Amino acid sequence: MVKYIASQIGRFALLLLAVAVVTFALVSLSPVDPLQANVGQAALLGMSEEKRAALAAWWGADTPMHERFIAWAGGLLQGDMGTSLRYNAPVADVIASRAANSLVLMAAAWVVSGMLGFALGVAAALNEGRLIDRFVKGYCFILAASPTFWVGLLLLMVFSVWLGWFPLGFSVPVGVAAADVTFADALHHMALPAITLSVVGVANVALHTRAKALDVLASDYVRFARARGEHRGQAMVRHGLRNLVLPALTLQCAQIAEIFGGSVLVEEVFSYPGLGQAAVTAGLGGDVALLAGIALVSAALVFAGNLAANVIYGLVDPRMRPVRKLARATAAVGVPSAGATFGPSASPEASAVETTPPIPPASDERTPR
Amino acid sequence: MVEPREAPAVPEAHESLDHQRSAMHHHHSHAADSRHGCGHHLLTVEDLSVAFRMYDETAAEAARTEKAGEAEEAPGRRPSAWRRYLGAPQREVEVIHQLNLSVHEGEIVAVVGASGSGKTLLADAVLGLFEPNALVRGRIWFDGEPMDAAALAAERGRGIALMPQSVASLDPLMRVGRQVEGAPRGRRAARRADARRRAERRRELFARYGLDEGVARLFPHELSGGMARRVLLCCALMGNPKLIVADEPTPGLDLDLAVRALADLRAFADGGGGVMLITHDIELALTVADRVAVFRDGTVVEETAVASFADPALLAHPFSRQLWHALPEHDFAVTDTAVERGVPC
Repeated sequence: MVKYIASQIGRFALLLLAVAVVTFALVSLSPVDPLQANVGQAALLGMSEEKRAALAAWWGADTPMHERFIAWAGGLLQGDMGTSLRYNAPVADVIASRAANSLVLMAAAWVVSGMLGFALGVAAALNEGRLIDRFVKGYCFILAASPTFWVGLLLLMVFSVWLGWFPLGFSVPVGVAAADVTFADALHHMALPAITLSVVGVANVALHTRAKALDVLASDYVRFARARGEHRGQAMVRHGLRNLVLPALTLQCAQIAEIFGGSVLVEEVFSYPGLGQAAVTAGLGGDVALLAGIALVSAALVFAGNLAANVIYGLVDPRMRPVRKLARATAAVGVPSAGATFGPSASPEASAVETTPPIPPASDERTPR
Repeated sequence: MVEPREAPAVPEAHESLDHQRSAMHHHHSHAADSRHGCGHHLLTVEDLSVAFRMYDETAAEAARTEKAGEAEEAPGRRPSAWRRYLGAPQREVEVIHQLNLSVHEGEIVAVVGASGSGKTLLADAVLGLFEPNALVRGRIWFDGEPMDAAALAAERGRGIALMPQSVASLDPLMRVGRQVEGAPRGRRAARRADARRRAERRRELFARYGLDEGVARLFPHELSGGMARRVLLCCALMGNPKLIVADEPTPGLDLDLAVRALADLRAFADGGGGVMLITHDIELALTVADRVAVFRDGTVVEETAVASFADPALLAHPFSRQLWHALPEHDFAVTDTAVERGVPC
């Protein structure tokens, strides 16, 4: 157990290092001039040559990439994520204020897409080949094939512009004092981006659950359950769901990366002030500290998602646990009184596999099989 | 839908038959233990055929070449892809044909045949478990009543129970106790009462078969081979069935466990129940069964008492005689036809 935790921490550290190095390298390779991007074209032209050089030196634009990286990493180890060029504030503060918005949005999308996808997948499998199944499959294929930002634009057009049910963008109403913003306002603004993310995220889980549910319906244990008088729906509820939830949950945990990626686009489309929008701004503005900070946070989020999937599997699936002592104890007790000749018991794995019949080994060629 | 010679109205006519000496009766001969409780068979299957509807690849291929030929002559008349998709030809593949089989009270009938010859489909048909694309024809009587699919479905887990091959038929994520108890029926109070009754029955069965109460808390993968076998038997016995369909209950068990599994089935039959034992192992079947139904190419070619296997002259069908010759205590003769047609492995 200690070994497992240590290896996970080691992996996490390596992952963050790799993400930071790649982010730095990409930003330093990018043609965006941080001076031009952050000071503005007109102001830059108005500045004298010396002033420009002084600003570049102050921002460290001419320092080689590896020196900047080492300085930044040293600061990070001391808990200082640097200062954002673009927002002129500590990166940690920028991320904290943005993350609150983003995390709520992503959590809502994560939960809704997971539950909706699971339900649709099960419903499709139970009605395989019928209208519901075709509808779910068609829906999933179309969504899996359409880009998130396009779906966002479409929803924005229909529900905000034409129908006017939802605001056009932002996380709070325009022209209202921050103190007067109600929870309902925030929810109203979050709804359409969250719906966009959920609707797009459904496809993966639904198709996966559908395929898995069809496997379960064709499995030996559902056949046996039906042979004992349970009908299909009943067997699905009693045996299917517990076998389907785990894979679906694993997939959904791994899906966090997708949802994060989607949120970058959706926040941009809806002008929603979240991490994704900040990442776009940082990337376009050559704001390497903020970009690296956001990259680290998102990497940590995705890593946590995958780790959660692994841990949940280990905790919930009895087959992943070490064999319990009870099993051995009862095996000894469970021998019937008459069973003095209790043979070497075949393990359940062995009995599940097609083994040669126990009668003399040569009988294979003789008995009709 | 009344069995002509076995109708309760004329039981005497049937019972007055001398079963031991009359060579054939309802397509089968009897064993010493074969009883006709209430003047009818426990289970009678007549003229059962099972076919599957599937897309005909060869016809589609033929159609495509034909269309290709047409297209060269008249390119304008080529049907759209959509129409070709909808019009994809289907064909029926019959897997079980004209099958007759009877199970009496107090006997084990072994259905012996090669793996993959459709024996499990016979079990499915008796349990009323049909694939959506299956076409099932024929007549089935259970305990004197003519059955249709709905009636068979209603008997599942009650009058007719399945004993599966291995713990692979148990839900890997559900504790054994709850699985043996099965799904309670009814609503609210009735459901709770049924759940209590089932738990009681499960404890009783576990005690009878020497399973510790702790076993109920285990998961299927934690069972030893011996425990698994008894757990599966308890599952089958939960609903107090009259007929057990045992689908290959012995593969994967060592000889000792296999013999005990069959002894438990024997005890059930001796208590008045009927067992349809589906197996590919004729030696094991001959040690425990009363009668043997020789299954080949989707039908029962001969249904006869185990005693007939004492002498090939008593066996009517050539394939049965080949089986007899293939037994280890005989001459091991496997004729060419047996290798070619009957024995895939």
